[in-house]
Amino acid sequence: MSDTLSTTAPQAGSPLVSVRGLSKHYGGERRLLGGSAPLLKAVNDVSFEIAPGETLGLVGESGSGKSTTGRILLQLETPTAGNIAFRGQDITGLSKHALKPYRRDMQIIFQDPYASLSPRMQVGEFVGEPFDVHGLSGSRSERQDRVASLFRKVGLDPSFMKRYPHEFSGGQRQRVNIARAIALNPAFIVADEPITALDVSIQAQIVNLFQDLQDELGLTYLFIAHDLSMIRYLCHRVAVMLRGRIVEIGPCEAIFDNPQHAYTRALLSAIPVPDPDIERSRRPLSFDVNANLPSEEAVLRPVGDRHFVLEG
Amino acid sequence: MTKAPLLEIRNLTVAFDTPSGTVHAVNDVSYSIEEGETLGIVGESGSGKSVHALSMVGLIATPPGRIVRGEVIFNGRNLLALSQRELFDLRGREIGFVFQDPMTSLNPVLTIERQIAEPLRRHFGMSASQARIRVIELLELVGIPDAEQRARQYPHEFSGGMRQRVMIAIGISCNPKLLIADEATTALDVTVQAQILDLVRELKRKIGTTVIWITHDMGVVAGLADTVQVMYGGRIMESGPVRSVFYDPRGAYTWGLLKSLPHGERRGTNRLYQIPGNPPDLTQEPVGDPFAPRNPFATDRCRVETPPLVNAPDSVPGHKVAAWYDLRAEIQRMEGRP
Repeated sequence: MSDTLSTTAPQAGSPLVSVRGLSKHYGGERRLLGGSAPLLKAVNDVSFEIAPGETLGLVGESGSGKSTTGRILLQLETPTAGNIAFRGQDITGLSKHALKPYRRDMQIIFQDPYASLSPRMQVGEFVGEPFDVHGLSGSRSERQDRVASLFRKVGLDPSFMKRYPHEFSGGQRQRVNIARAIALNPAFIVADEPITALDVSIQAQIVNLFQDLQDELGLTYLFIAHDLSMIRYLCHRVAVMLRGRIVEIGPCEAIFDNPQHAYTRALLSAIPVPDPDIERSRRPLSFDVNANLPSEEAVLRPVGDRHFVLEG
Repeated sequence: MTKAPLLEIRNLTVAFDTPSGTVHAVNDVSYSIEEGETLGIVGESGSGKSVHALSMVGLIATPPGRIVRGEVIFNGRNLLALSQRELFDLRGREIGFVFQDPMTSLNPVLTIERQIAEPLRRHFGMSASQARIRVIELLELVGIPDAEQRARQYPHEFSGGMRQRVMIAIGISCNPKLLIADEATTALDVTVQAQILDLVRELKRKIGTTVIWITHDMGVVAGLADTVQVMYGGRIMESGPVRSVFYDPRGAYTWGLLKSLPHGERRGTNRLYQIPGNPPDLTQEPVGDPFAPRNPFATDRCRVETPPLVNAPDSVPGHKVAAWYDLRAEIQRMEGRP
């Protein structure tokens, strides 16, 4: 890659992605006949950093703001407040044009592998499209070769390039999406529930692929999921979100072995384990979200090495 | 046990005629379930786990669906021989259902009370005031607070977990002998799922309902079911008491599924075991063992001849497997043990 942005290595110890005080509010605007629409704080004062080559897991229930956080990070939505820095550069609110070089470096993979594909486009075209968008196509045969190599990288037979999405299984479709996401050699990928919609027998294939690609390409991931056992397997650190706030963040071992927030404990205790004896003695802890909403003044306090819990 | 099973399915085969060919959705499925038993059925999309349950009670569209053959004996009657009218009387009353998505299964413009009362009034001819008493009772039973007030509300005023509780209330409203739940907690958050599973266990204890719990989640089955049945490509690959199937699986698909799930491993440990290949194309006429193309232990016979579901050798009574290969011997060989 000739692009300076892709080749500039981050300084040692400096984060690849850093987010400060990120908020996204919906509603709250004045209505024509007085009063105002109800205010929803989908993401509320969220801060974290991700180091190069690291996988940060983001977990929480539906409506906790985890997907919105991922989308804001990639500037697919504008934050109400806060800023996002990529390799130390503030990219918040950049124009489409100014953002374009960063787009090559930051990609997203969605939950539904079919919805994100274009049904009438051959999958080879779909995977190669980012080359065209960024003017990197080269000759027809060069482009073809690069797409074929991407197919091999994600475990697809390059002879499938001329096929259409409906001819693929769910797992293969997700491989197509991953191939497109890595086409421009990005540094950072937001994976938003990328295995949730897949058959159980396919999930391990895709999880292994994510790990292989990270080893091979040095990728940094924000991995959004609600399956905590996969998060534990895949991530270096985990952030737990509840109603728009991070209530706990820390190294995977700290979160799973020594959870501090009542919500994290409830979440961990609720995961069904594929072991009948363990299951029969498991007692899920209950947690009433509405009775335990974090107060606006609550702040993340350190409780261990890189381990923080929302208190107050 | 000399008592006849509550439900006995014999050689159920269901196909769908589609523009791209005949989909062989359910192939020669036979099993039975005793009164009070909880059967967990696991399998992925296309395994036939949902379709076979829907076709038992006339809930698949015909055409394109078609019951090729089989019998479904429920409480002494062959359901496949019943008229639509008779099935209509049976559904909800003797067999209750809970489906995956509570938002699309509930009618948004009717109150919760109207919707729970509907089967009560239809099947038992209850008056509005009689039904109301039972509705409140049911809402309390499924753990909905302020039942009297909540009964007058509409689905959109309920959270996802609360709506699923309403679905369960409707499912059990007529005290059905059998409750069939199809991915009933899949759309819910894990903490809510835990509450719903607790509720089902409590209902089993209180009213002794027989349950068929259909899911793709091995963890849910481990915690809820007495017996488990693993389906793949429209067939039962393995079945039996839940501990035996989980701790001593004899089918390569069951074994692979269990092995591919992380069991609390950390990052940096071994790669996850992955089942190779992709789910079967059901438009192909089923030949042999449907899992054979993905099974590292498959023999030539697996590819041409369908293995019958028979007792697993040296296992507990009731543990059955459909396999031509010997999984235990294959695993020993693979792990290099004598």
